[in-house]
Amino acid sequence: MAAGGFFTQALVYLTAAILGVLVAKRIGLGSVLGYLLAGVAIGPAVLGFVGAEGSDVMHFAEFGVVLMLFLIGLELQPSLLWRMRSAILGLGGLQVVVSTVAIAAIGMAWGLAWQVALAVGLSLSLSSTAIVLQTLQEKKLMRTDAGQSAFAVLLFQDVAVIPMLALFPLLATLPRHVEEGHAPGDAGWVSTLPPWGETLVVLGAVSAIVLVGRFLVRPFLRAIARTRVRELFIAAALLLVVGIALLMDSVGLSPALGTFLAGVVLANSEYRHALESDIEPFKGLLLGLFFISVGASIDFRMIAQQPGTVAGLVALLIAVKWLVLLLLGRLFRMGLDQNLLFAFALAQAGEFAFVLFAFAIQDGVVPVDVASLSIAVVAISMATTPLLLLFYERIVRPRVGTRESAPRRADEVVEVNPVIIAGFGDFGNIVGRLLRANGIGTTVLEDDSDRVELLRRLGFKVFYGDASRLELLQAAGAAEAKLLVIALDDLQRTHQMVKSVKQEFPHLRILVRAQGRVDAYELLESGVERVYRQTLDSSLTLGVDALRMLGFRAVQAHRAAATFRQHDENDLRELASMRHDRPAYLSRARQLIAQLEELLQSEVRDSGPVDDSAWDAESLRREFSEKSA
Amino acid sequence: MTDAHRKILVLFAHPALQKSRVNRALIRGLDVMDGVTFHDLYERYPRLEIDVRHEQELLLQHDIVVLQHPFYWYSTPAILKEYQDLVLEHGWAYGREGRALRGKILLNALTAGGSEEVYCAQGRNRYTVRRLLAPIEQTASLCGMRYLAPFVVHGTHALDAAEIELHRRDYHRLLEALRDDRVDLDAAARATHVNADIDAIVRTHTH
Ligand SMILES: Cc1cc2nc3c(=O)[nH]c(=O)nc-3n(C[C@H](O)[C@H](O)[C@H](O)COP(=O)(O)O)c2cc1C
Repeated sequence: MAAGGFFTQALVYLTAAILGVLVAKRIGLGSVLGYLLAGVAIGPAVLGFVGAEGSDVMHFAEFGVVLMLFLIGLELQPSLLWRMRSAILGLGGLQVVVSTVAIAAIGMAWGLAWQVALAVGLSLSLSSTAIVLQTLQEKKLMRTDAGQSAFAVLLFQDVAVIPMLALFPLLATLPRHVEEGHAPGDAGWVSTLPPWGETLVVLGAVSAIVLVGRFLVRPFLRAIARTRVRELFIAAALLLVVGIALLMDSVGLSPALGTFLAGVVLANSEYRHALESDIEPFKGLLLGLFFISVGASIDFRMIAQQPGTVAGLVALLIAVKWLVLLLLGRLFRMGLDQNLLFAFALAQAGEFAFVLFAFAIQDGVVPVDVASLSIAVVAISMATTPLLLLFYERIVRPRVGTRESAPRRADEVVEVNPVIIAGFGDFGNIVGRLLRANGIGTTVLEDDSDRVELLRRLGFKVFYGDASRLELLQAAGAAEAKLLVIALDDLQRTHQMVKSVKQEFPHLRILVRAQGRVDAYELLESGVERVYRQTLDSSLTLGVDALRMLGFRAVQAHRAAATFRQHDENDLRELASMRHDRPAYLSRARQLIAQLEELLQSEVRDSGPVDDSAWDAESLRREFSEKSA
Repeated sequence: MTDAHRKILVLFAHPALQKSRVNRALIRGLDVMDGVTFHDLYERYPRLEIDVRHEQELLLQHDIVVLQHPFYWYSTPAILKEYQDLVLEHGWAYGREGRALRGKILLNALTAGGSEEVYCAQGRNRYTVRRLLAPIEQTASLCGMRYLAPFVVHGTHALDAAEIELHRRDYHRLLEALRDDRVDLDAAARATHVNADIDAIVRTHTH
């Protein structure tokens, strides 16, 4: 593609994306709908900026789905995945089977041959991973009961595509269409192998991913991280995903599934949050592009020819899938509001249908006219999903008496820690250990990859990355955490972090380490309430011990230190506000120091801290002798 | 020193010893007295962070426990309350399984600003010191300990050095007698102060 062509295209897509999402957000619709509408706008039906190459773009943009599943995998530790097995196999399996049968039956009633009806049923039984997950995440519904179940079903569907593709040639009743050329997911050389060979290759590829993920990726990323060149790490992350996707594609497996698996394997690694934050923007952009191309691919000419049929079929498809989902949700004991959400979320057909229909035409399973009608129905049903969810949110949910926070189940996808610690040197380390000893989960961010490695070996849950980057904080769960402990040894980055966290996560309470007095001034000035001078406590402790070694009583020494500390903290705050006025600052500082010294000396003179005069019986004794005199 | 001697633990609590006159005198020499463990609570735990296991260990190693302290607000200084709250655990000091302190002897040795006259039913303080110490006496009883009348130095504000010295002698004599089992425990348990008539309670020779 010529550079001019590329830039023009980029201009069209980016403008459409920005305008579409801006408008959609402004009127209260989610970003997915915005992208879809933008796609419709630039598509052949309206402005005609993009034409036949739209499907190429879609193919490219499907990589966004691959990235999304990698990210989801990263959030899903193997143990959690294992706990979800009954939802994945039971709920997911039933959904595919029952929906397929229902849709195929309708197709046969319509007059399709059973083979054709079955292929259409299989293709339409799948839902749209991209749209559902993106929308649920945006609405923060992933962690609800319904969100979890939807995720389980989508996961099963992603796996189910593979046997479906294998089944299609057996359903062929028409001559093979060959002019289509390369179709996505075409397994090429693998399909020339005998069945046992194919199975072996597939198993080999999967175990390669697990083994490589387990043993090679981490040292690889560590070596990259050590260079401290950020874009190198991003490149490595993308390389990882692209490599897996290609490997899976070449053995005829779904690339999304492969990267999902790789994500799960890496979910326990220290690079989880760094990978998340680096891949996230690519995923977002590509998914947006994907949605745009779905919008652009809707064939309005065909719809215009038979608008009634298309509308009726869309309605029928959604109604059938919705009903099946509702019944299954019942069977799996979902609460009514959750069950409804689950049904509305998954009632559309998905992007896999495009792939499956492409194959179905090529293999001679489904006639071209049936397939293209179905593809139009699929695209429109995808576009209705955000609308259906909006309908659920605004109209249905208020009526079924929802409990605002749906009960969280034990098998949450993401572990959420209440405390994030940025920087895990000696300072952060002590804070973290104290919290951990008291059963408080902490998410630790550290950007020294050697230290990360060491701490991991010692059993700490530490993640690699520059904590002052907003995306990394996001990935570490800043939106859900309660406290942020900034224990970095770099004032510049501490400031940067304070500023952006105050802006983006105003609910987070910030506790900041300060190296010394000057740093503390600056932090106080920037509006941090809780500033902890790292040397204050240990120097006071040393001072107390020195006093005791000189014969002071322990209580006296401790109370003197407490008095000192209180005054010093107050002075710090007072002086912070005036330190830019040098002369005023100096004279006030001298004054305060003199005051404190005076105070402490008077304590020594009276052989005891002034604020402990309650323990002093001297005045009692004086009064007594006055009375008896 | 023979094994017949009982071991005494003096739990001493004075938050401002640097200002003390009477208690400072009373404890002089206790750290070298045979059979006596002098334990300065405020010095060991200036921030009231009591090491419970260590304290329980100490209690187990002794037969007689003396709570020595100035009288503050008709009671002990704060650390002794904290000590009771933390060290006397259920299942250790009391309760079905709690037998660690059974049969041990407990008494207070305290100094009070008020004179003996004001500490009686007709006086300004309305109760005797012993009655004011009822919570401790009852605590001892719950733990199966034998509670003796307190050793009290009254009217501390008016005492001169010579008088304080006399109290110190009485106190040390009492501790030695307790150690050597030369105290009439029944009489000591009945009295209002052990030192009201110390000659009647302390025998000069072992029986
Ligand atoms: C905080 C405080 C509370 C006191 N409460 C009492 C009291 O309730 N009854 C009393 O007779 N004397 C009371 N006094 C006087 C002390 O008992 C007296 O000063 C102390 O026993 C003297 O001993 P020392 O020289 O070892 O400090 C109190 C003294 C202080 C400092």
